[in-house]
Amino acid sequence: MKATPLSISAAAAVAIALVRVIFFTPYEMRQGAAQKIFYIHASSAWVAFLAFGLVGLASALYLWLREERLDRIAEASAEVGLIFMTVVLISGPLWGKPIWGTYWTWDARLTLSLFLWFIILGYLVLRGAIDDRAMRARYSAVLGILAALLIPFVHLSVYLFRTLHPMPIIAKPSAPSLPSQMLVTLIMMFVAFTLMYVALLRARYRLAVARDEAAEAYHA
Amino acid sequence: MTELVHDAWVIAVKDLTIEFRTRSAFLSAVVFALLAIVIFYFAWDPTAVAAGDLAPGVLWVVFTFSGLLGLHRSFGIEHEERAIDGLVASPILRESIFLGKAIANLVFVIAVQAIAIPAIALFYNLDFGAASLPIAGVAILAAIGVVTVGTLFSAMASNTRLAELLLPMLSLPFFVPIVLPAAQATAKLLSGRPAIEAMSWLKLLVAFDLVFVVACTLAYPFTLEE
Amino acid sequence: MNHTNGVVVEANSLVRRFGPHRAVDGVDLSLHPGESLAVFGPNGAGKTTLLRLLAGLLKPTSGFARIDGVTVPGGALVRRRIGIISHHTLLYDALTARENVEFAARLYRVDDPRSSALSALERMGISERADATVRSLSRGMKQRVSVARAMVHGPSVVLADEPFTGLDASGSRALAGILSELRESGATLIVVTHNLEEGLSVATRVAVMHRGRIVHAAQTGDVDAAAFPAEYRDLVGAV
Repeated sequence: MKATPLSISAAAAVAIALVRVIFFTPYEMRQGAAQKIFYIHASSAWVAFLAFGLVGLASALYLWLREERLDRIAEASAEVGLIFMTVVLISGPLWGKPIWGTYWTWDARLTLSLFLWFIILGYLVLRGAIDDRAMRARYSAVLGILAALLIPFVHLSVYLFRTLHPMPIIAKPSAPSLPSQMLVTLIMMFVAFTLMYVALLRARYRLAVARDEAAEAYHA
Repeated sequence: MTELVHDAWVIAVKDLTIEFRTRSAFLSAVVFALLAIVIFYFAWDPTAVAAGDLAPGVLWVVFTFSGLLGLHRSFGIEHEERAIDGLVASPILRESIFLGKAIANLVFVIAVQAIAIPAIALFYNLDFGAASLPIAGVAILAAIGVVTVGTLFSAMASNTRLAELLLPMLSLPFFVPIVLPAAQATAKLLSGRPAIEAMSWLKLLVAFDLVFVVACTLAYPFTLEE
Repeated sequence: MNHTNGVVVEANSLVRRFGPHRAVDGVDLSLHPGESLAVFGPNGAGKTTLLRLLAGLLKPTSGFARIDGVTVPGGALVRRRIGIISHHTLLYDALTARENVEFAARLYRVDDPRSSALSALERMGISERADATVRSLSRGMKQRVSVARAMVHGPSVVLADEPFTGLDASGSRALAGILSELRESGATLIVVTHNLEEGLSVATRVAVMHRGRIVHAAQTGDVDAAAFPAEYRDLVGAV
């Protein structure tokens, strides 16, 4: 990844936000230090859902406009989104262990994240299994759109499952009213991760362009 | 619309004739389902867990996996001698190819279920009683969802390098909102609760079927060679 | 249909790329009723891709192909007029010869699909094996069934890719007879082959393809072997 003004500022923003999380944000009263994972967890989740939203959008637009750039955007966003979703799935249990007393719990949102992670993994495997560029673009666009349609159904069934089978919850890991200092930290983290996402997306997009150009040059 | 249905039916009859003549996929799916039902029984401690609590989960897990077995063949027969070219070049709508395949697969999956569900009742000592009909209804709703999504992904997977390896990977996440409601509704019905209590689950199944029958039918033409 | 000036099959600057590879690289064609074009060329010249573009099985990267003035694939009306013979049989192994042809007849909404299927098989001289599964037939017999499949709806545009493959002398004669009869009744044919003799036996015009382009076009009778690409001239021998 080439150092660009965007990538440098993204890295700097993440560093500054992390420093603020660790040193300049007070401990949460009941959860203590573990709660600081929340800033990373929530911001990665935001970015991951944003990334998958973009995959769905770019997929739909691709089938309509047949513009190769849209397929590359979907490809780049899926791959970057997978990284952020992996962070969600690792940070969630790490945060949950001291709070819930267990690494994994079938919390509705965590479950949805897990299935999204599987879907996006399948999406990337599908891309890897097709050589023809136009066909790969069409097939992954179809999957991208269907996955976008699937998400509300997974969410709803997991949610219904949870409501009908109440599980003991010690501390609900959402923070509806954060003290302002924590809120500022959270917003900084959101902005920093979003910047990082955009920087990675652009780098990954350029890689896709370079790869396709190299293939053309090789055959010409 | 009538043409769509007519052509889909012609294709479904053709597929079912082929399946009836070779019976290879049907037999392996039935044997697989029976084996899975038997093996699942020994995966739990029967003194700790009642067979009746186990049955709904086993039923729907077996159902999805055995369904997948038949789906892969669906487009395999079209690719052997490029018969799919003959379909695409003919005057029929491309959507009717998908619907025809899906109808044939639906008959296939329901036929497998018609053996697997009574087998569960037998091996797990269940008495469906009054719940028989509602459970059959749940089974059909679930089969429609599984077959619709599975047929589309089978069309896609059969054109990729990974072929049958890809099908479960793509399909299974889509089966979550089918298996989960179906198993929950079955459990409610088996425990003798009135059918009305399973309603919210059934609504979810119906909504899934409606959305994905439309979406997959419209998406299918994009999976053809262009 | 006067707006097409009597042109039935038309290709205009037709280009098809597979990734960076140009399989068909700017082909122009125009064929009238009763014309029959034999397309020759070495392997990989783009002949099959050209046929698939004309049949609407592939989309062109640029340019267009038209049948009866309608851009392919077009609607049901246009596609009902086309018959395709591929170098695959397009048949289902587990079905009988009759079932295969009857299935095609149903897709094309032929009246009385069963008897149409039987008469198509009869014309290809394979009616006595009508109830044998395709799997049990020899390559040549499969090809006869495949031709019957393509002809069962009485197409007026025939796109044939190596239609003589696997046929014995009597099968070839039957196919050549059907093709000539169709042409005389005003049908338009395009036959892709690398066998010069077979191609010339059914053609009124000849085109030679090389690297995605038509490098030589002539009426049957003034085919100029010198215009053939060198590596191909050796294959076909003297004209």
